[in-house]
Amino acid sequence: MRRTLIAIAGLGLASMAQAQEVSPLNVAFDEYGEIAESLTGTPGDPAAGQKVMATKSMGNCVACHQITGLDAAFQGTVGPSLDGAGDRWEVAQLRGIVADAKKTFPDTVMPGFYKVQGFIRPGNAFTGKAGTEPLPPLLNATQIEDVVAYLVTLKE
Amino acid sequence: MNKTGLLMTAVALVASGVWAQDDNQLVINGEIEIITDAPAPEYISGLDTIYSGWRFRQPAMQQLEMDDFENPASLAIDDAVEQWSMVEGSEGKSCASCHEDVEDSMAGVRAVYPKWNEGAGEVRTLANQINTCRTENMGAEAWKYDGTQMTGAEALIGMQSRGMPVNVAVDGPAHETWKKGEEMYYTRYGQLELSCASCHEENYDNYIRADHLSQGQINGFPAFRLKQNRLIQTHNRFKGCIRDTRAETFSPGSPEFVALELYVASRGNGLSVEAPSVRP
Ligand code: HEC
Ligand code: HEC
Repeated sequence: MRRTLIAIAGLGLASMAQAQEVSPLNVAFDEYGEIAESLTGTPGDPAAGQKVMATKSMGNCVACHQITGLDAAFQGTVGPSLDGAGDRWEVAQLRGIVADAKKTFPDTVMPGFYKVQGFIRPGNAFTGKAGTEPLPPLLNATQIEDVVAYLVTLKE
Repeated sequence: MNKTGLLMTAVALVASGVWAQDDNQLVINGEIEIITDAPAPEYISGLDTIYSGWRFRQPAMQQLEMDDFENPASLAIDDAVEQWSMVEGSEGKSCASCHEDVEDSMAGVRAVYPKWNEGAGEVRTLANQINTCRTENMGAEAWKYDGTQMTGAEALIGMQSRGMPVNVAVDGPAHETWKKGEEMYYTRYGQLELSCASCHEENYDNYIRADHLSQGQINGFPAFRLKQNRLIQTHNRFKGCIRDTRAETFSPGSPEFVALELYVASRGNGLSVEAPSVRP
């Protein structure tokens, strides 16, 4: 028993998280587009999530959405304001919306941030060249959980 | 328009849910009146009114297009004027050998392209036609489809139609190609799963980050793009927009982009030809 524990501890935190991470190919959406279980098995970090949402090379959610409390210039108007999103939605719903919004809003223009295949002419990032599915997801599991943790804090 | 008129237009626009940036009027060199809004053609179900991209730009940028001395495309136009009478190829001819004065012979041409070519049995863009003239009538080499010379020639020919309404044919033999372009316009390409319509029909006048979305009209092409500091061609713009959806793009001059160009041009039927426009 003791030896096993030490061995597991020795694998390090990163690989422990890895072991429990849900791959984009195995996400369990329910019929409403919700995802009940955390994609990492660990709670997300709202501060990190805030950064993902505001940073162009990461989520860049403010390309389309506005958030009053977020320090990001030129917030877009394609999507609704996310102020109060934490009042309107449960955690499982928010996780589902961020991972693949079309499971919640069928015709939405919002991209699926944890979706990796089933695209028309999938590209290799922004190169304009062909990509091979499954593509890397737009955000990894940790980033999704961080974003969800931040969205939950958006109360009015 | 007086103040009350302006206000009433503004109210009407808000009421109908349509809101272009402003009501500014585009007159080039104080004489060429440009139609920058018009009723949408009846085959475009997603729009009531069509607007030139000019209406979505900041006044300082709009200004650059109102006077040819301020338009940064004028240098490229000067080169194209020289090129017009430059003899090249095995036949010892220039464009001017067959078409003489560009101002007379090319007036109205831009407004009806892309257009069906009976002999070739296909829809041709202006660039396709220019290259056919070079290879078949001049015995010269074809230009790169979206190269500097081609884009300059297109701008020079385009500006001879400034002020005339775009009027490409969507039926008859061109219809099949037009349908193909229409299908592309509504296809959600790439990992972001966005179609042309996602941005330019559903969300025009919204902002994507700092970008004020227009209807993606091509009546002003080729456009001098300040960001790239040069004239760019319609197919370059298409390529950039598709790339931004994280998709595999099509190539300038490809049959797909020819079809898309015909369709997008037809969405602007009724707006004036505005080439060369100035854009961010
Ligand atoms: C290309 C535009 C776009 C991007 C980028 C985008 N969204 Fe959205 N989002 C939308 C739209 C549009 C809706 C409204 C749903 C619909 O289409 O009916 C929406 C809805 C939502 C909602 C529910 C809105 C509410 O409060 O009722 C949440 C939460 C959300 N998005 C979060 C995000 C997050 C987090 C990101 C980035 C990781 C993001 N979005 C990126 C366009 C976008
Ligand atoms: C992710 C959003 C997005 C998508 C999808 C998109 N575009 Fe664009 N497009 C833009 C932005 C941003 C601009 C620059 C601002 C403007 O004029 O709208 C632009 C500009 C243009 C322009 C220049 C308009 C002018 O007056 O200068 C054309 C033409 C155009 N797009 C056509 C297309 C076509 C055709 C497609 C589909 C193949 C497409 N776009 C898809 C975002 C998009």
